[in-house]
Amino acid sequence: MTDTSPAFPVRERVEKRLAKRYRAELRFRSAGLTAIGLAVAILFILIGSIASEGLPAFTAHELVLPVSLDRELVDPEGDGSEASLRRGSYNRVLQNALREEFPGVTSRGDVRTLFRLYTPLNATRLMDAVLQDPGLIGTNYVFTMPLADDLDLYLKGRLVEDRTLPVGGLLSVAPEGEGVVLRSSTGDFAALAREIGQSMGAEARILELRSQQVGEAVEQAPIEDAARLQAEGDRHAAAAERLRQAALAANGFLPITTEMPSIIVEADGQAFRINELAVDGSTARGVALLGNGEVADASAWTLYVIDTPEASRRVSDQLIVWTRSLVARGVIKAGFNTYLFTNADSREPELAGVKGALYGSILTMIITMFLSVPIGVFTAVYLEEYAPKNRFTDLIEVNINNLAAVPSIVFGLLGLAVFINAFGLPRSAPLVGGLVLSLMTLPTVIIATRAALKAVPPSIRQAALGIGASKTQSVFHHVLPLAAPGILTGSIIGLAQALGETAPLLMIGMVAFIADAPSLGLAGFTEPATVMPVQIFLWSDGAERAFEARTAAAILILLALMISFNAVAIYLRRRFERRW
Amino acid sequence: MFDTEIQPTVYHKNSLGSSPVKVEVRDVSVSYGEKQALFNVSLDIPDHSVTAFIGPSGCGKSTFLRCMNRMNDTIEGARVTGSLKIDGAEINDRAVDPVVLRASVGMVFQKPNPFPKSIYDNVAYGPRIHGLASSRSELDDVVEHSLRKAGLWAEVSDRLQDPGTGLSGGQQQRLVIARAIAVSPEVILMDEPCSALDPIATAKIEELIDELRENYCIIIVTHSMQQAARVSQMTAFFHMGSLIEVGPTEEIFTNPLESRTQDYITGRFG
Repeated sequence: MTDTSPAFPVRERVEKRLAKRYRAELRFRSAGLTAIGLAVAILFILIGSIASEGLPAFTAHELVLPVSLDRELVDPEGDGSEASLRRGSYNRVLQNALREEFPGVTSRGDVRTLFRLYTPLNATRLMDAVLQDPGLIGTNYVFTMPLADDLDLYLKGRLVEDRTLPVGGLLSVAPEGEGVVLRSSTGDFAALAREIGQSMGAEARILELRSQQVGEAVEQAPIEDAARLQAEGDRHAAAAERLRQAALAANGFLPITTEMPSIIVEADGQAFRINELAVDGSTARGVALLGNGEVADASAWTLYVIDTPEASRRVSDQLIVWTRSLVARGVIKAGFNTYLFTNADSREPELAGVKGALYGSILTMIITMFLSVPIGVFTAVYLEEYAPKNRFTDLIEVNINNLAAVPSIVFGLLGLAVFINAFGLPRSAPLVGGLVLSLMTLPTVIIATRAALKAVPPSIRQAALGIGASKTQSVFHHVLPLAAPGILTGSIIGLAQALGETAPLLMIGMVAFIADAPSLGLAGFTEPATVMPVQIFLWSDGAERAFEARTAAAILILLALMISFNAVAIYLRRRFERRW
Repeated sequence: MFDTEIQPTVYHKNSLGSSPVKVEVRDVSVSYGEKQALFNVSLDIPDHSVTAFIGPSGCGKSTFLRCMNRMNDTIEGARVTGSLKIDGAEINDRAVDPVVLRASVGMVFQKPNPFPKSIYDNVAYGPRIHGLASSRSELDDVVEHSLRKAGLWAEVSDRLQDPGTGLSGGQQQRLVIARAIAVSPEVILMDEPCSALDPIATAKIEELIDELRENYCIIIVTHSMQQAARVSQMTAFFHMGSLIEVGPTEEIFTNPLESRTQDYITGRFG
């Protein structure tokens, strides 16, 4: 055969188009791959950022304190009755235990600061422990409670920027007047002094520039603003001048103010904050935050710098020193955050948990499942298999499809108007939440079920009818079992949607702060509760920083719930799937 | 449609041979909504024999077949008029429950449609829903008997719990026939039972149909003239919704009285 084969007259034209066709195919496939890659990357970023934010919340630092449950404190009436035990001053017990840890703390202000290591809400937990076992009264009992949220964040390295500097020499400390003098045999403070001197210079330069800027602005500003601007410029200039003067260190010492990094020295179980630092780095003046202020030639000591100035953080140097000391003594221990799972919501982040929301979600989902799945499936069966095709059923079908597109908050309004106002059901109750979410889930279930029923081949229906099965028998013996995987998938998608729904529940009062978990029984359905997504919403609004991590942790728990939900859906689907 | 007027049917003599009439059809018309699909069909179908309905696509033969067990009832807008009698009892009557009728008129469809259940459950389904077996052993007997009659017992007796959908196409079709036999029908309708099968499976089904003729009145719709000639004793030729010619198969194929029948069976159209 020759090249211009007469046997394939269209060959050349086909080949010309072929390259174009392949290019189009390649374009489409690469676009698809890019889209999938992007989606996966975004998913990873999303999950990764939530996980990195939330995982620390799964661990918590706890104070493991030996407390002495003195009878006169715990049992004021002395008769051991429950009423008497309930009136005991358990917070005093906790306070005594902490003061025993730090016997040197005597001044009122310091004591009050010391009690910021924990939240007084823990007194209730101690009371519960005593009520459960009154035999504890009069004994020494080891009580475990979470560390205050800010200090927990500090220990997790999420509150402040800090570092430990290397030291080589011997440290000796001696009292001097009100404070102490610290001496390092090898000038270990030198690097720090240099750094602080430089940063003071830089800060002064910034202030000078700002003053200069203000000075320029004064010339262009309207008369009435000029005076104010002039004063601001002068203030900056004065501050810069003060800094420059301080940096000169006329007496050989640089002052360390609360607007500068805190320098802490720890040795021999004592801790000191440095207020003045010698330029040559050999000596420093400070105050003893812990201990009697006498150290003789200690070789093992720590020079610890907290770069976040004390003035711009929520925990003082004093609290940090106590916390570090308790960690060193083994009184503060890190462990799994059980409070996150065993507690309901709380004002204090360290005691706040998802138990209440989890129980609320379970109760709500039970109502939703038992209402929306049977009603939805049987509605779909009727519409698909039995209903005559006429205008009325068309109208119903259109309306069901429309309902699926109604914003969920509208269902919340309906629930408020009908279930709470008209029927008088309790607010914030899982029962009402479940009813509202059922309304929302019904269209999804109906549409999914109808699609699944439509997908069953008509030959199966004919076979059943042909052998003499009645309509109902053919539906229930053959069509429904074959549609079951699709129905299950649709229902579970609908339920998962309901599990993640917030808006309609806001309207029926499930957004309230509820510190008790509902009981997992029949009574629980009418007890006030909240659900997981609403809990996340509430926490994301929390003022304390520790709620940030707990919000992310709650999101992770909700995601885990969803994933297990979907895993069940896939398992059931595989299990029931039959080929025809 | 250009010729929708009623066309007269040509009846051969000796249409029934020696068999008694099983199904008596008089003036049956079917319309789906506005469209009429079948025009005034009248014929007698003999018992213990195979009657074949032949004709080009869309001629109404399947529609007519579905009248026999009222399967047209399941189609919305379908209307069947006229009289259909099985053993002298009218079936095209609202008073007759199609469920009862379908227990005595079995049907085999074009594509094998076993239930996605075990082989045993497929055959046992009919007897179960009609309550034909009072005990487990009786049901076992019915299943075995039906499978034997359908010529499938030897192949599946050791794997009755396997899914029916796992069988080959020919085996599936025989399973469907066994399922129909299990409720002991009197008439078996077959709507192109071999069109989805290979020649060997087809031969087996044809053999089976020939055996079943002993006990049942079989009505088969087929596109294959050879098949009609091979398995049937009676043949009815449909064209454009009318029954054109009906008579003993031999006569229809060797000596058709109508020119259209002749054209169709010699392959000039269709």
